[in-house]
Amino acid sequence: MKNLLYFLIFPGFLFTAICGLVASWVDRKLTARLQWRVGPPWYQPFIDILKLLGKETIVPKGASKLTFLSAPLVSLASVTLVSTIVWMVDLNPSKSFVGDIIVVIYLLTIPSIGLMIGGFASRNPLASLGASREMKLILSYELPFLLAIIVPIIKTSGAIRIGELLTYQLGNGLIVKNLSGMIAFFVVIFVLQAKLSLAPFDIPEAETELMSGPIVEYSGAPLAIIKLTKAMMLFTLPIFLIVMFLGGISTDGINIVWGISKYIGLLALVSIIKNTNPRLRVDQALKFFWGPLTVLAIIAVVLACMGL
Amino acid sequence: MSHRTIIPIGPYHPLQEEPEFYQLLVEGEKVIDIDVRIGYNHRGIEKLSESKSFDKAAYLVERICGICSTSHPLAFVQAVENISNIEVPERALYIRTIIAELERIHSHLLWVGLAGHFLGYNTIFMWAWKYRESILDVFETISGNRNHYGMMKVGGVRRDMYEKDFPWITRELDKVVDKVIMLKGAVLDDPVIHARTKGVGVLTKDDIINYCALGPTARASGVDIDVRRDDPYAVYNKLDWKVIVRQEGDVFAKTVVRVLETLESLKIVKQCLENMPKGEIDSKPKDIPPGEGIGRAEAPRGEVIHYVRSDGSNSAVRHKIRAPTFMNFPTFKKSIVGQTVTDATIILAAIDPCYCCTERLTVIDAKSNKEVMGSRELIKLSQEKTALLKKEMGIE
Repeated sequence: MKNLLYFLIFPGFLFTAICGLVASWVDRKLTARLQWRVGPPWYQPFIDILKLLGKETIVPKGASKLTFLSAPLVSLASVTLVSTIVWMVDLNPSKSFVGDIIVVIYLLTIPSIGLMIGGFASRNPLASLGASREMKLILSYELPFLLAIIVPIIKTSGAIRIGELLTYQLGNGLIVKNLSGMIAFFVVIFVLQAKLSLAPFDIPEAETELMSGPIVEYSGAPLAIIKLTKAMMLFTLPIFLIVMFLGGISTDGINIVWGISKYIGLLALVSIIKNTNPRLRVDQALKFFWGPLTVLAIIAVVLACMGL
Repeated sequence: MSHRTIIPIGPYHPLQEEPEFYQLLVEGEKVIDIDVRIGYNHRGIEKLSESKSFDKAAYLVERICGICSTSHPLAFVQAVENISNIEVPERALYIRTIIAELERIHSHLLWVGLAGHFLGYNTIFMWAWKYRESILDVFETISGNRNHYGMMKVGGVRRDMYEKDFPWITRELDKVVDKVIMLKGAVLDDPVIHARTKGVGVLTKDDIINYCALGPTARASGVDIDVRRDDPYAVYNKLDWKVIVRQEGDVFAKTVVRVLETLESLKIVKQCLENMPKGEIDSKPKDIPPGEGIGRAEAPRGEVIHYVRSDGSNSAVRHKIRAPTFMNFPTFKKSIVGQTVTDATIILAAIDPCYCCTERLTVIDAKSNKEVMGSRELIKLSQEKTALLKKEMGIE
């Protein structure tokens, strides 16, 4: 019962949803200011979701109804779970269980996979093309991502528990202060951009090419869930990286301000990269991730093994 | 055997601001073939023009297109002036040049913004359109309108420019020059833009000549054509400017040509403001004698041709318009086939297609060479369709 409460209210669904929507507002406002627009009021993401929830849901003819409608829910559930795990451990490192890093890494791919399944299920050629691009993108960014995530694990001499990582960073300084950690963090920022499917890696959704790709056929509540999942990802993923590389967010006293500013800084960085880059082609993204970024990640791993 | 699908771009698609239908036959991401369907925007302007007097027709052809809205009336009044060899006062010619060049600046800035949007670079989109805004302010000062300036008239221009506005206009243009130079740096030095546009959708010089492509599309492939220089009208031959030509023929070259042309146009406008003579702006011609005339003008997208035949009455008996996009359309066959869907969109945008300029339709049976559908049939078809829709919706 208590666990269900954790999952649904705090630090699970409700908390993540609210923070995610506020984060998406920060992103939208920042984007607007960069583009000389005024930008929306802070409650805009909330009323967007509410409005979508009230709209009619249309399932395209010939689409597999169950798969089409359940795919967004799978994504939502997995991102909620990631957030719950990361926050529970962040608040109380002793709650960490063996292998929770691996679980989180797995769960972080599920939203993309859910999007892919939904796209293929809708039987729209644009959605299929978008879904196949999503697949290529996952294949390209997972390799440098995993390599970069190994660096903190090596640093803490093989701890695959988020809690141990946090206590290590409390004692020995942030992972990112090391040379290897710095390189790994640099790699991870690009992966972050791709995982959130923001420019220059918004390839699957490419508005002007595929009319938002996999989600082209979604409407009403399922679309609201997809948008909500995206907003929650925008909150959860940077938090996970902060826990891995920047020592997490501590909640005692004044430290919380420092913790929040870490997140806001990362969010601003994401938003600025998004607004100063055009979209890449999917083959260029693949080359970028498997080429320079993988090499960098390998260098980081080697440096970490050497103790740098 | 590989799987082939049709990816529809249009008739309504975020890529386009106007209705147009491209069918891309794709294998995976690769485009195998393209089919272009036009005709969603047909308004029967040529036919309509034949029932209007020459003065009203100038107003009408301005409505062909909202972006290159001065090149059509300019070409049209030149065609009418060509029939009867009307002398146009020099001040009017200067004003025509200013309007035509300001239009090129705003059109090219608009394109740079849209191209950024198509590449997913919305910041460029917003910035370019913001810079374009001051050009529209200048238009408002000169003509009273931000678009559809209504300046062209057979024998001259409709409104004079005031000398007291010149310093302000010059200041505004100077600001735009700085901004365009900044934009040039941001767009032409961006490594990701290089990756996306260099070597993409290449048209060789031969392709351009074979397909009779025009304007910046041709100039980016090393074909040195520009009506402003080759068949000077207005006062272009009295000013100091150069035709921008690039050899590469890819999307990047087209961007470079457009950005540099914007700077040239700003130069032209400034020279016009400095050298404008005083005097009449209208030669007030009375009658248009029977005969035919041709007017050519370099629109932002290429050469516009208007052909007008008069029988001595106050309206044309035949008015034929050829817009530049009509000539640039077929090059897609060369530039898109073999590219990926991602690149296809920016290649489609690279010719800066203007569909409402292009849409003039006659269906001809290729075997018997007989006209199947002329304007009368099309109007009938449209009326029938409207009636059907009304019936379906329960109106009337």
